[in-house]
Amino acid sequence: MKKHITYIVLGLLALVPLLGLSSYMMHILILVIMWSVIGMAWNLLSGYCGQVSFGHAAFFGVGAYTAGMLYSKLGISGWWGFPASVVVVAVFALGIGYICLRLRGPYFALATLAMGVIFRIVAENLVGVTGGDLGIMLRERTWIDKTWYFYIILLVAAVTYYLVRKIIESKLGYYFVAIREDQDAAESLGINTTKYKTIALILSAVITGFAGVFYTNYMGYIDPKVVFALHDISIITIMVVMVGGVATYWGPVVGAIIMVLLAEIIRSIPKLGTAHHTLFGVLLIVIIIFLPNGIVGDFSKLKRLFGMRSPAP
Amino acid sequence: MSLLEVKRVSRFFGGITAVKDVSFDITKGEILGLIGPNGAGKTTVFNVVNGFYPPSRGEVFFKGEQISGLKPHQICQRGLARTFQVVKPLQRMSVLDNVVASAFLRARDRKEADAIAAEVLNFTSLDEDRNVISKGLPLGKRKRLEIARALATRPDLLLLDESFAGLNPSELDESIQIIRNIKKKGITIMIIEHHMKVIMSISDRIVVLNYGEKIAEGSPLEIGRNPLVVEAYLGEAQSA
Ligand SMILES: Nc1ncnc2c1ncn2[C@@H]1O[C@H](COP(=O)(O)OP(=O)(O)OP(=O)(O)O)[C@@H](O)[C@H]1O
Ligand SMILES: [Mg+2]
Repeated sequence: MKKHITYIVLGLLALVPLLGLSSYMMHILILVIMWSVIGMAWNLLSGYCGQVSFGHAAFFGVGAYTAGMLYSKLGISGWWGFPASVVVVAVFALGIGYICLRLRGPYFALATLAMGVIFRIVAENLVGVTGGDLGIMLRERTWIDKTWYFYIILLVAAVTYYLVRKIIESKLGYYFVAIREDQDAAESLGINTTKYKTIALILSAVITGFAGVFYTNYMGYIDPKVVFALHDISIITIMVVMVGGVATYWGPVVGAIIMVLLAEIIRSIPKLGTAHHTLFGVLLIVIIIFLPNGIVGDFSKLKRLFGMRSPAP
Repeated sequence: MSLLEVKRVSRFFGGITAVKDVSFDITKGEILGLIGPNGAGKTTVFNVVNGFYPPSRGEVFFKGEQISGLKPHQICQRGLARTFQVVKPLQRMSVLDNVVASAFLRARDRKEADAIAAEVLNFTSLDEDRNVISKGLPLGKRKRLEIARALATRPDLLLLDESFAGLNPSELDESIQIIRNIKKKGITIMIIEHHMKVIMSISDRIVVLNYGEKIAEGSPLEIGRNPLVVEAYLGEAQSA
């Protein structure tokens, strides 16, 4: 049963469009799946390999702009962003890795945070290249209906999930976790820590870039403030995984469900405005204190809390 | 033939001279003891040999190839593994996963890594603890896990930094037996140890450091009779 849960979930999700849900409900589902993808990507680098990134908006944004600029500059479909972003995002990730990966712990985190901000500022100011603050608008959308967008992001998520599982159960995954647990020990056990951290970064970045490509095609409009956002992308990415469960397979999915729903609920409360950042902050503190391993990681603790005590062994 | 050659190595940390102009060789198949009072520079010698610190002066050769200047993972790939005095288990991984992670250096796939790990865990009598998260392991077993992990990289030379410190007498006997068995496998060993009885009984040869300098080298018998060595240790005992 447990082994097949992935297929069951996937199968059920594939049937969802047949339910004839409202466009709004489909939109929420699409956002949840997109955030799951970003969360799974971040988890590879930061959860498993221990290199905590505060700058994943950089990769999301580069992916988004790759798609956007293929359309605005070359006049071809933004969907070509999927193959193109692999190269573009990987090159940017290599550059960021070269600068940041020599730093450890909080210094790495701070450097990535700076990178995210730098990318936004550059995108805002390179008006000739990116269009600056005006952003990029896709004049014709591929589909009006949300069904195909749903299937595309579901496919991206399924492939990502499969990839993460395969990686974590292989040599690569062991090396990632070894680096997280003790970089010096890993290095002395013959692990080329620079190389494997770079691999983790590039994998994580490319997958995040995919989410960005999807975003551009789905939303039809991007600007630097949105796709390179510190709060709304980089920080939410971290929260998705922390709430759901760092270094767990399903954590990013659970986290994405909670964060997207929470954002929608909060948005519906009138006069709250940007106070939602405060609410997210409070939520994060509560999670860190009571469920340091996230909802998936501390599931047994949660069950106990709600009296669903499993019989004593 | 010399497996490892340390040639006139010095290592400075700012104004501190941790190791000063030290030279010695290790012959294939032997157990070389490295002793000296606290702060004598023993661990620093390991750190230089294993590539954590480049030597400030001098060179290190392994199997005839210069390794000083290489990174630790490159040196490990060439067949030189070490343990840490302050143990560094991969805390949130099980004992088995710790060993599997290092077995991947030589294994082509997961199956092979599992096989190497199983063999090493058996060899170091850590079988029963294979599923314990290594954070929760008692010190004696964590020290042994260090050895197991190093062995899983299939080294030709193994550097052991105080693998016996803090062990109870029965653990001590067990670990000594493990070291002897490692030697029987044809693995050369350099070992840092404060426990005099242990080092005298298992070493083929001993190098003595004091204040970063090599003050003596010879068989356990010669070292035990060397007035300089006795003085270095007595001096430490008196100032303590
Ligand atoms: N990274 C470092 N930075 C500065 N000083 C260092 C560093 N590593 C070692 N030292 C200094 O070098 C000297 C030798 O230290 P080392 O750890 O090699 O001694 P040791 O012989 O292993 O001692 P012990 O028996 O206590 O383990 C000490 O004075 C120590 O403070
Ligand atoms: Mg030492």
